[in-house]
Amino acid sequence: MKKRGKGLAVAFYPTGMGGGGDFTNAIVKIKPDGTADLIIGTVELGQGACTVLPQMAAEILGIEYEQVKFINDNTDSCPICFGSFASRVTYFAGNAVIKAATNARQKLFEIAAPDLGAAPEDLEAVDGTIRVKNSPEKALPIGQVATKGLYEKHEFVVGTGSFGRPRSFPDPETGACDPLATLAWASVQIEVEVDTETGVVTVIDSRSVYDVGKAINPEMAKLQVEGGAIMGMSWATLENLYPFYPSPKFQPRSLGQYMIATTMDIPHIETTMVECPSPVGPWGAKGIGEMTANPPSPAVVNAVHDAIGVWITDIPITPEKVLRALEEKEKAGN
Amino acid sequence: MVLLEISVNGKGCRVLVDATTSLLTVLREQLHITGPKIGCETGDCGACSVLIDGKLRRACLTNAMSVNGSEITTVEGIGGSGGLHALQKSFYEHHASQCGYCTPGMIVASKALLDNNPTPTELEIKEALSGNLCRCASYVNIIKAVKSAALKTSNGGGEP
Amino acid sequence: MTFKSIGKSKPRYNGLDHVTGQAQYVDDIFIPGTLAVKALRSPVHKGIIRKLDTSRAEKFPGVKGVITAADVPCNTYGYLTLDQAVLADKAVRYMGEPIAAVAADNLEAANEALDLITLEIEQETPVFDPLEAMKPDAPKVRPEGNVLMVGNRPYRLVFNGDIEKGFAQADEIIENTFFFPSQEHAPIETQVSLAVPEKDSRLTIYTVTQGMYFLLRQLQRILGQGDDLTNRWSERMQYASRGHLGFCDIKYVGGNVGGAFGGKTELHADAIAALMALKTGRPCKWRWTREEEMLYSARHSPWRMTFKDGVTKDGRIVARKVFSIHDAGAYTGLSSYVVDKHAFYVAGPYYLPNVEVKCAVVYTNKVPTGAIRGFGVTPGTYACEIQMNMIAEKLRIDPWEIRFINAIRNGDQLATRTKLESVYLIETMQKLAEALNHPIDKKYASLTSAPREA
Ligand code: FES
Ligand code: FES
Repeated sequence: MKKRGKGLAVAFYPTGMGGGGDFTNAIVKIKPDGTADLIIGTVELGQGACTVLPQMAAEILGIEYEQVKFINDNTDSCPICFGSFASRVTYFAGNAVIKAATNARQKLFEIAAPDLGAAPEDLEAVDGTIRVKNSPEKALPIGQVATKGLYEKHEFVVGTGSFGRPRSFPDPETGACDPLATLAWASVQIEVEVDTETGVVTVIDSRSVYDVGKAINPEMAKLQVEGGAIMGMSWATLENLYPFYPSPKFQPRSLGQYMIATTMDIPHIETTMVECPSPVGPWGAKGIGEMTANPPSPAVVNAVHDAIGVWITDIPITPEKVLRALEEKEKAGN
Repeated sequence: MVLLEISVNGKGCRVLVDATTSLLTVLREQLHITGPKIGCETGDCGACSVLIDGKLRRACLTNAMSVNGSEITTVEGIGGSGGLHALQKSFYEHHASQCGYCTPGMIVASKALLDNNPTPTELEIKEALSGNLCRCASYVNIIKAVKSAALKTSNGGGEP
Repeated sequence: MTFKSIGKSKPRYNGLDHVTGQAQYVDDIFIPGTLAVKALRSPVHKGIIRKLDTSRAEKFPGVKGVITAADVPCNTYGYLTLDQAVLADKAVRYMGEPIAAVAADNLEAANEALDLITLEIEQETPVFDPLEAMKPDAPKVRPEGNVLMVGNRPYRLVFNGDIEKGFAQADEIIENTFFFPSQEHAPIETQVSLAVPEKDSRLTIYTVTQGMYFLLRQLQRILGQGDDLTNRWSERMQYASRGHLGFCDIKYVGGNVGGAFGGKTELHADAIAALMALKTGRPCKWRWTREEEMLYSARHSPWRMTFKDGVTKDGRIVARKVFSIHDAGAYTGLSSYVVDKHAFYVAGPYYLPNVEVKCAVVYTNKVPTGAIRGFGVTPGTYACEIQMNMIAEKLRIDPWEIRFINAIRNGDQLATRTKLESVYLIETMQKLAEALNHPIDKKYASLTSAPREA
């Protein structure tokens, strides 16, 4: 018989390294053609730093996203980034980029001010120009300003920025500390179908609501949420490096023996993003890279319980475990 | 060493290969065509997917000499001279990659699907790509991308 | 405020490279003359190396270099505890621990040469189960003992409120144990490292790491570039005729990685590739096979968590006590950091006036565990969220309701006594209910994360 069940799980997740102490530096350089280089030691591993960080620089500089080059490939010329982990990049590297870009923009303001007949603080960077606030007709293309700076004033139009958090050590007696920059929030419901004859659990539906503070790139944020959800479901139903834990015997050696979710394992997925801004995050953004894999596995366990009335509290929920649990339930019932 | 003659993405190649070498090794290490990726070398991940005379194959499991004289197409050759193939455009527009490591294989496998079935259903797309693992699990967008490319190509959107 | 870029779904910066096969990953870089590296790994779970003879391997045609512990200037490393050897010289503590490495003209020669290394290991009794390992008479994984000491305690302690007082207020005690297994990150790109000695006596390392600067310091230390070790290193450098390697002469090149999920925060292939390049003076590439990745790369630690909750009939959690055991594997790696993060968040996003978390790191003779997406919080969320449903079941309260009742709000504290802001749990639940058309009681529909009244 096929039985359906629904399971709820909620989650929170901190942005940044557990004990703080991490930081990222960034350099933003304006070139004579009005485009910019963002130079930063942040690794792109699929999370989208290469896209959201240039988006941030572009926003501050008032230029197009396409006009920002992302340069992140070596430790000689790219400034320090702690790394792409701990859901920290959008927040930490993002803030460093904002500072660096603001800093570079300030230099543009100072170069342009005399020509525009205004004080630097009365200028803004919009649509590829530096212009006087409230009199948009008084404007100079950024390229022209940068060229003037470089060729006439010998001003290197470059901005730097650093953002980090102080280290916070847990109190040895109480564990008290200040471990987080901000928290992101999520609620997830998963629906499963359990085949009571074969024990196979199929995830058929996944609905999530994620608070990302601010989605800098909504489509990419959503993709990351959905990718994480699939990874979480894969953990819940398929993956185990020690099938005979704690014995290390019969460890899987290949991706044929160690199954991860494929296109055939994915349910109907719907994701809603909500935005409760972090006061310090870039435009309010929070880190969600990791947490997206967290709520699905308990939600699957809860859904299986809802479907067949047994608790399986050691994932992955293999057909074998389901059948054994059903057998025990039956025995206990008799 | 034996002489292997294949055409890769429309270009004739003659290379001396070890009789036991896989097509993947020849493509990558000898011809430096690096679109096909190494993910497992055991046929499990699909990152090395290529078309051999139009058929979808795992380059890691294919002995190079066994395809002597064949036409090989990798992701680099999918677009032909006309720029991006509809699938490539669609993957790009639909944000269908995260780390991108599975993408070349995904695109080649999708091309093989659309060549045989220009208007696949969602299930057919899932089935056709079920041998291509994406650990970033960009699956939702990948499926969307293939669907949209299929619509475009089958509506006479032009191929490539 | 209108934005031009922020909040816009701009195309992925390197998206065109992805779809055309032009994106360059480490394994796509070919430098003429590159040697293939292979490692000899411990065939046993625990033992003492009694004999290691590489002379036959060194003479094998095509072999350009063999390294053992003697070639490592500083053979201890670790993020937090310097307890791991790049190449084991005496004790081996897990199956797969690297002992020697070979660089050869091609993979076949490297693999064959490995078979020519004579290795004798006196086997010792391993321990795999953390519960066994915690017993006083258990075989020792490491001489310091099988449980990591946090200060003077064998666990990290985090508490807030008065747990006993909390239990005294409870109508019911609900206790359950949960197990979270080990997973492999399984990025489609395996560990790869290409180390290239440069003309200016520097060493370039093409790396798959998630944090180039995170590893740089560790690698500097291993290569003897730190402080007093500099001299020792330059002596060794003469063998490689590469001249002096001064401070910060390592350049990491990376930044584009084929998936990581926490699995690329370890040195893994980098240190041995680097040592090999310096030994041979040639570019050396070590690409792990999928099998090596599955069997020997750092993995998600298995966790066992016991929740003991004191609850009132109306569904409030008045006391929550958690005890977690983190099966670290054979070395510390990031474990002491992972348990901290676990301890901070395991009790969940709930208002817990009385909470106590104890969390132990236990060593076993298995592959060291490492960072993974969710870093200690994942198993916590897992256990906590099942426990919430178990409480709901016991009290005959709806799973939504039990969460609304206990949901954390602005101004509430974590177990770490951190006062929270920008809390949005209740709201995400309400939005989810809305998306699902799931009816919720009016009193929960109107709830917000606004601070609770004193
Ligand atoms: S590399 Fe060929 S299938 Fe994985
Ligand atoms: S996008 Fe990373 S594996 Fe598919």
